[in-house]
Amino acid sequence: MSAIDANPPCAFCLRMRAISMAVLPVLVVVGVIVAIWYGGAYLMNRWVTLDTAERRGVEMTFEEVFADTMAQERPRLPAPHQVAVELWNTTAGEEIFRERRGELRPNPRSLFFHAYQTLAPTLLGFVIGSLAGLMLAIGIVHNRAMDLSVMPWAIASQTIPILAVAPIVIVVLNAVGLTGMVPKSLISAYLSFFPVVVGMVKGLRSPGAMDLDLLRTYSASQPETLFKLRLPASVPFLFASLKVGIAAALVGTIVAELPTGARFGLGARLLTGSYYGQTIQIWSALFMAAICAACLVAILGLVERATLRRMGLDR
Amino acid sequence: MARLANLPRHGAWPGLIILGIVFVWAMDWRAALMLAVWLTAWGINVILSKSDMSGARILVPVIFGVTLLALWEMAVVLYDISPVILPAPSDIGVAFWENRGILWADFVQTILKGALVGYVIGCGAAFLVGLAVDRSMFLQRGLLPVGAFLAALPIVGTAPIFVMWLGFGPASKAAVVVAMVFFPMLVNAVQGLKASDAMQRDLMHTYAASYWQSLIKLRLPTALPFLFNGLKICTTLALIGAIVAEFFGSPTVGMGFRIKIEVGRLAMDVVWAEITVAALAGTGFYGLMTLLERQLTFWHPSQRRG
Repeated sequence: MSAIDANPPCAFCLRMRAISMAVLPVLVVVGVIVAIWYGGAYLMNRWVTLDTAERRGVEMTFEEVFADTMAQERPRLPAPHQVAVELWNTTAGEEIFRERRGELRPNPRSLFFHAYQTLAPTLLGFVIGSLAGLMLAIGIVHNRAMDLSVMPWAIASQTIPILAVAPIVIVVLNAVGLTGMVPKSLISAYLSFFPVVVGMVKGLRSPGAMDLDLLRTYSASQPETLFKLRLPASVPFLFASLKVGIAAALVGTIVAELPTGARFGLGARLLTGSYYGQTIQIWSALFMAAICAACLVAILGLVERATLRRMGLDR
Repeated sequence: MARLANLPRHGAWPGLIILGIVFVWAMDWRAALMLAVWLTAWGINVILSKSDMSGARILVPVIFGVTLLALWEMAVVLYDISPVILPAPSDIGVAFWENRGILWADFVQTILKGALVGYVIGCGAAFLVGLAVDRSMFLQRGLLPVGAFLAALPIVGTAPIFVMWLGFGPASKAAVVVAMVFFPMLVNAVQGLKASDAMQRDLMHTYAASYWQSLIKLRLPTALPFLFNGLKICTTLALIGAIVAEFFGSPTVGMGFRIKIEVGRLAMDVVWAEITVAALAGTGFYGLMTLLERQLTFWHPSQRRG
């Protein structure tokens, strides 16, 4: 202790210490979660193992029971390493495209393929929904009639469990003849639409009276005020609502895949897994969805940091 | 050209609008009729919103909503849209009234037995864990990033797992809801417990207040706005969790079950009636929390009016 205190701490040591202060607790918590998970897997899968042993008339030691609970084919709760192995096998272990009947087709065993089936409509819908939300927000800020008419409904619509409605929209659009990516992306567009509207209205209104007055003294027109003051000022709000929106959009696409009997996509993986009791498949699809969500939010976070730094707003 | 662009400013709007309606009428009279209704309602709203009438804040959105419903009804009737694709609002109203017994049973099953139970357990547990996390710096550093990460994940996906574990009854629905509301609530609770100023905490310290005294007298009240923020976000999540979980398996009652079955039978009016129930339940639940918030945090700047 005294040896460290005696010397002035080097910058590198300080940095390392800061990182370990931040990372160590997270690692411990994740470690505890994994440990609880292993314990739960043992407790929940134990009965099947003991039942089979009893029926065969075999006595099993604790080690044997434990080993068996970790390696069942359809466990009630798969152990973490089983999920990890399944994730590895269905991503790195399978080709994304494979040769079939002389042509190259996507391989439905690859989880990347399913993730793509979910991510593509998510991103398409997210872009549509965000742009539409941005447009509406600009309209609301400039037109009082629009503000009074639409804003209360936009806020109220956030309290409605829209997600539960997703299946109907899909079925109806299928009946009209729209299939494939469009219905799913409409759901995710709808879900990312309202967070962006509400956030951007706040953002576009964030410049103070002083700033707006200054632009008035410059005799700036409304479009000039919009592009030179309101839009730049709203960028932090934009990213905050985009992050909410993209998470909602992904969940929307996954739920949209549930009731329509979609064969491809992460939601379809969840559903077929639950029909056939393939718990490992459910968990791996769940983790893939989690990884996708985390990546999408992280990418937006990086873009946000880069943008705000360039604008001199990062603080 | 410049003169043409200036026309609307010189009170030529009504003329232009009538010209437009006549033009559309020549192509499709039904579209012209709907356009006329829309523009009339919009015109009323524009006038209302420019006036200083006190009721405009309520009247304008109501007119907007009613107009949308009217246009929906007109579109279905005029264009003879099949009820399998889109039933008219009046049909939905009729279906709502005729099926009120079923809808009520579904409401009790999904909202009261599933969502509400899970909401209370999940938010309560998250609050207690929040209290524990708040006492330890180590847990804060470790649990908060993990919690924030988990809060952004598609947790609805755990629904098939819980249905498999706990069966088709309301227990599995409540469990999904618990999983969905726990982390958003936890993050808000911990943030809220940290919301009091260092000055205020020092003051409590100079009074020799114990942990519990300072918790109840200072830190819980300052945490209330954050707690209510979490509670409000969780209302919608709870309903979504309970309904979506029913898509994976349920007894023969419940909102998610009904939606799934009636979509299969193409009885879209019942489905829309069920959606109306979900919307009413969601808004009502949220409104209840807002009222409660107003009663308990009347002192907070965000609640001041006028």
